[in-house]
Amino acid sequence: MVQLKAKIIYNKKFKGDYWHCIIDAPLIAKKSIPGQFVNIKLSDTLEPFLRRPFSIHRIGSPAKGNFLPKTIEILYKIIGQGTEILSGRKKGEYLDIIGPLGNGFDYTRTHEHTNTRTILVAGGMGVAPLVFLSEKIKAKAKVALIGARTKAQVLCEKEFKNSGCDVKIATDDGSAGFKGKVTELLRQVLLTNSRTHELTNYIYACGPKPMLKAVAGIAKKYRVSAQISLEEHMACGIGACLGCVVKTKTGYKRACKDGPVFEAQDII
Amino acid sequence: MKPNLSVNIGKLKLKNPVMVASGTFGYAEEFSDFMDLKKLGAVVTKTITLNPRQGNSPPRTCETPAGMLNSIGLENPGIEVFIREKLPFLKKLGVPIIMSVASEDGPEEFVALAKRMDKIKEAAAIELNISCPNIGHRSNLPPKLISQDPKATYKVVNSVRKVTQKTLITKLSPSVTSISEIAMAAQAAGSDAIALINTLSGMSIDVEKRKPKLAVVTGGLSGPAIRPIALKMVWEAYNKIKLPIIGMGGIIDISSALEFFIAGASAISIGTANFVNPKISIEIMSGIRKYLARNKISGIEKLIGSLKI
Repeated sequence: MVQLKAKIIYNKKFKGDYWHCIIDAPLIAKKSIPGQFVNIKLSDTLEPFLRRPFSIHRIGSPAKGNFLPKTIEILYKIIGQGTEILSGRKKGEYLDIIGPLGNGFDYTRTHEHTNTRTILVAGGMGVAPLVFLSEKIKAKAKVALIGARTKAQVLCEKEFKNSGCDVKIATDDGSAGFKGKVTELLRQVLLTNSRTHELTNYIYACGPKPMLKAVAGIAKKYRVSAQISLEEHMACGIGACLGCVVKTKTGYKRACKDGPVFEAQDII
Repeated sequence: MKPNLSVNIGKLKLKNPVMVASGTFGYAEEFSDFMDLKKLGAVVTKTITLNPRQGNSPPRTCETPAGMLNSIGLENPGIEVFIREKLPFLKKLGVPIIMSVASEDGPEEFVALAKRMDKIKEAAAIELNISCPNIGHRSNLPPKLISQDPKATYKVVNSVRKVTQKTLITKLSPSVTSISEIAMAAQAAGSDAIALINTLSGMSIDVEKRKPKLAVVTGGLSGPAIRPIALKMVWEAYNKIKLPIIGMGGIIDISSALEFFIAGASAISIGTANFVNPKISIEIMSGIRKYLARNKISGIEKLIGSLKI
């Protein structure tokens, strides 16, 4: 991990309240693994005082044919003072950024394996790290399940499709795709596959806590391996303060260092 | 002219007066990617207890205006695991290591910890954490601290003093009526130095949920928000006691660091600011040197307690 001043090369709203920021940080980009995050100092004042963690959404610009990753991309929604300030930062300005941080997804079990199926489960903003993961996993059988409250909040459908996923959508109000929870879609997908027994499923999920809890329950029931990415309030982001711990079967673990990605069955 | 940055804290000689505060620097390993740890004046470890402690339930932190609350609850692996797994890295640093210790069960545990630390050559000093506001909550109310009582403070420091010759630093709480009364008790009991201040007891509420932001309701406030209080306590203690004072509380830059020396601190600790900028302690150290050179002050000793009134 490194700490550096990195230049913003793009920072615009892309849908509703959702923003997309691209930062020039080759030293971070080349070491980043899906599920890892960066910790950004958003202002030079005391408000907000602490850094804010952002999941790495993508590296480089594969679509433009960049071979060596030079940039990292983050997605954010304006939810408070920090993200409000970030939305006001302009192209060409610099951000004090630390990364890549944390323990990302272990995708070696599905990567390039022909007998496995990758199931990505994203709730709301949870799409962010899963797009990066989807772009890394070369295996053909990939399903992305995107959950949102309403159609306007369905994110990254195109990115998942472009990276080879079969995309299914669930919205609470039924304005797009399946009406209901994304975890219900997950259950259906697993049921279909369990009849054929052709492929071994692997679940990777990111989203709100209740969704992740439901994913863990379903994964357990259907005996499928699942990794989940947790979001906790962090102070240091580098494993020193022990502020962001989550309860696991082997005691408290740091979301910032031991996580944010954990085996679903280890979390209590 | 190259200003002299060295200071003495009891028998402990520091090459420069910038240390990192307990609980904000882990066991130093976490920071090795960001800085040359050898440049630090000293490292104070995350507090160690006799037995492993799992700490308090999360959430354990929340941001507050110009600072943060924490209620970690001294999560640590216990002294034996610390010695086996964390000490080897610290030993190699070539920087004085100050062992922060706390008791879950009265003065006897402090004595046991001190005896164990006394045998460790690399333990440059022992810091008695008798001021953590995050252990021993009484039905959701903050705990009663040893350092809120001069007699209890005297008893712990005096008991430890009898079993070790190592430099003893007593870390005090600002949540008291008179800081000098407690500092004098520590001095009378044989402490070699005083560390001021630990976090202030505080709380914060999520108004939508009407729930405390910390699971254990109250925690310790740190960051620039507490700096004026810390500074005043250093100044007050400096005028009442003879012992060197290690000043801390909301230091985030060179200017705020200098304030503490001028108020009477012989050394300073960087705490919460490490979370915001992991290499801030080194930047502050070189800034102090430049300040001394610019003002033609031969050494940091000359700055200590130099407040003009």
